[in-house]
Amino acid sequence: MSADNQLTRVQRDDLRTIAGMIVPASDEYKVPGADDPAIQADMLATLGRDTKLVAAALDHLARLAGQPLAELDAARRDAVAQEFRSSGGAAAATLVRIVLQCYYRDDRVLRSLGLELRAPFPKGYVLPDGDWSLLDPVKERAGTLRRAT
Amino acid sequence: MKDPVDVLIIGAGASGAAIAWSLAETKMHILCLEQGGWMNPAEYPSTGRDWEAKFYGEWSSSPNVRGRPEDYPINDDNSPIKVVNYNAVGGSTVMYTAHWPRLHPSDFKVKTLDGVADDWPIDYDALTPFFEENDRIMGTSGLSGDPLSPLTHPPMPQQPLGLSGAIIGKAMNELGWHWWPSDTTVATMDYEGRARCINLGHCTPACAQGAKSSTDITYWPHAIRAGVELRTHCRVREITTDESGMASGVVYYDKDGVEQFQPAHVVIIACNGVGTPRLLLNSASNRFPHGLANSSGLVGKNLMFHPYAQIYGYVKEPTDSNRAPPTCLWSKEWYDTDLSRGFVRGYGVQFVRGAGPVFEAVVSEQKGILPWGEDHHRVFRKLNGHRLGFSAICEDLPEEHNQVTLDPVMKDSHGIPAPKIDYTISENSRKMMEHALARGREILETAGATDICVNSPIPWGGWHLLGTARMGTDPERSVVNEWGRTHDVKNLFIVDGSIFVTSGGVNPTSTIQALALYIADQMKQRLANLFD
Repeated sequence: MSADNQLTRVQRDDLRTIAGMIVPASDEYKVPGADDPAIQADMLATLGRDTKLVAAALDHLARLAGQPLAELDAARRDAVAQEFRSSGGAAAATLVRIVLQCYYRDDRVLRSLGLELRAPFPKGYVLPDGDWSLLDPVKERAGTLRRAT
Repeated sequence: MKDPVDVLIIGAGASGAAIAWSLAETKMHILCLEQGGWMNPAEYPSTGRDWEAKFYGEWSSSPNVRGRPEDYPINDDNSPIKVVNYNAVGGSTVMYTAHWPRLHPSDFKVKTLDGVADDWPIDYDALTPFFEENDRIMGTSGLSGDPLSPLTHPPMPQQPLGLSGAIIGKAMNELGWHWWPSDTTVATMDYEGRARCINLGHCTPACAQGAKSSTDITYWPHAIRAGVELRTHCRVREITTDESGMASGVVYYDKDGVEQFQPAHVVIIACNGVGTPRLLLNSASNRFPHGLANSSGLVGKNLMFHPYAQIYGYVKEPTDSNRAPPTCLWSKEWYDTDLSRGFVRGYGVQFVRGAGPVFEAVVSEQKGILPWGEDHHRVFRKLNGHRLGFSAICEDLPEEHNQVTLDPVMKDSHGIPAPKIDYTISENSRKMMEHALARGREILETAGATDICVNSPIPWGGWHLLGTARMGTDPERSVVNEWGRTHDVKNLFIVDGSIFVTSGGVNPTSTIQALALYIADQMKQRLANLFD
């Protein structure tokens, strides 16, 4: 890591590559991959308290790959990614979580999922009251509360 | 030196707020010291687009992850269940699911009925009026008449069944098992200045709408109007005693970090089942070398968590996902002892409606059901918005080796020794959890769920902190008497979950607050001879 507690250029490159492996772009679903520049920018801007663990995860990834991840052939890259996920512990889990939490708040992704682009408050959501006659069998069956004596 | 107050309450959470409000009618000078501050609902997670991400950081339920200045660290490395709490005016009622069952009458007679643990020195009937009063002030919603739960009279109707509730209800009917809409402290209509629920979904880490009841918006406004003084950002280090062994006041750090002494005639501790033993143990002195009120040696012992056995799966139909309060229904089908199951006592069940997209993606990836690569999108669309959950709240029996002590190294930001947790899940609880998971699987499969996953225990599931300063009539086997006064120090009271004798199989906040109101009532009845 550089002195200002940000990721180095090499780490950023590997983050982009691994993010694209976790969630690649899809023409079918009309969504970008997690290596999309805007999503990457969101990750870097909001790493915050997770910076240290993500950097540790990327260091672990770099050790496994031995060179920039993007430069490996596809088979080797997949093998490194699998090893990274299985041996990376809390640091790898944090990196994956950062990738997913930034990916699944991107407007294009939420739109593709049919979700509204807004915070829950203040509009909230409508919840159907449902058919409470479903409870009738429970009422009919009744039961007895266990006595204390 | 500051003027003495009549009553000093430590902690402004569930129980501290309730007893402050109740005692206010005495017109005594009542002061509450709270280590946290007032919450600002405008900053609650659901007001922002990044509402889910916040739960992994500043709005984590774990104080160790959150690390706000108001939090103290907890060494829970030696426990499979990690402590979760919140430190602010309102305490952990700011951050809870608002699920609102009561202990059952049978929970107070565990020894008599099942030959394990101990009976409480009081019974359910003693608490009944205080349950009712508390439900009115906290503002509960629900459907009266559950045949397998104590009779309640919620002032508001139950939450909607929603999509998830209907799927669960049909499955439970097919299996012939009990289910019922949960009592909750979610307002389903405008109530006492609180706006009704609009289904923000992200209820647990605080409700921006104010529909979820927390004591900062229920008890505290009433208590303050009635004259109670609440001092925030004041962290109590120790309770002091005088030459006669009575509590004389507390030493605390004020909002500027300056050490202060506040004298008091009566001290009430309301710091939860971890904070309370921590404070008592940190209050050791020459006269009380093993910690204050600890002649029994039981301060910190018998910690009960409620191990949660959680199982969830995915149905073809859409569920409510994050667009509703997370819990909606409960079951008491397996609440009472049936020895043919292979364990004593039982568990309550709360059903969970679903999860938001970020949580779904993160957890499913961790569970290995959401792949990396090309198939990620197809699988995610199958999972997201289709989750149903079942959580069993297993009764944890008291065991002395499950305990809170002081960590020899770890300290909070004021240099006060932090609590250390040593806890194991008992064999009885393990059998109970296995039983619950098997029942949960049956329910989910009946509902048509696939991709079934298990969290047992829920690791960050130490919401319920109970038993570490237990109530009883025998000073050698308990810390407080049958009305909350410590056996050893006659002007020192405890009103939080630490006084529980047994844990039951339900969320405890309703019972904690009823106990606090009951103790307040006992104190008011005995004002003339409170220290006899």
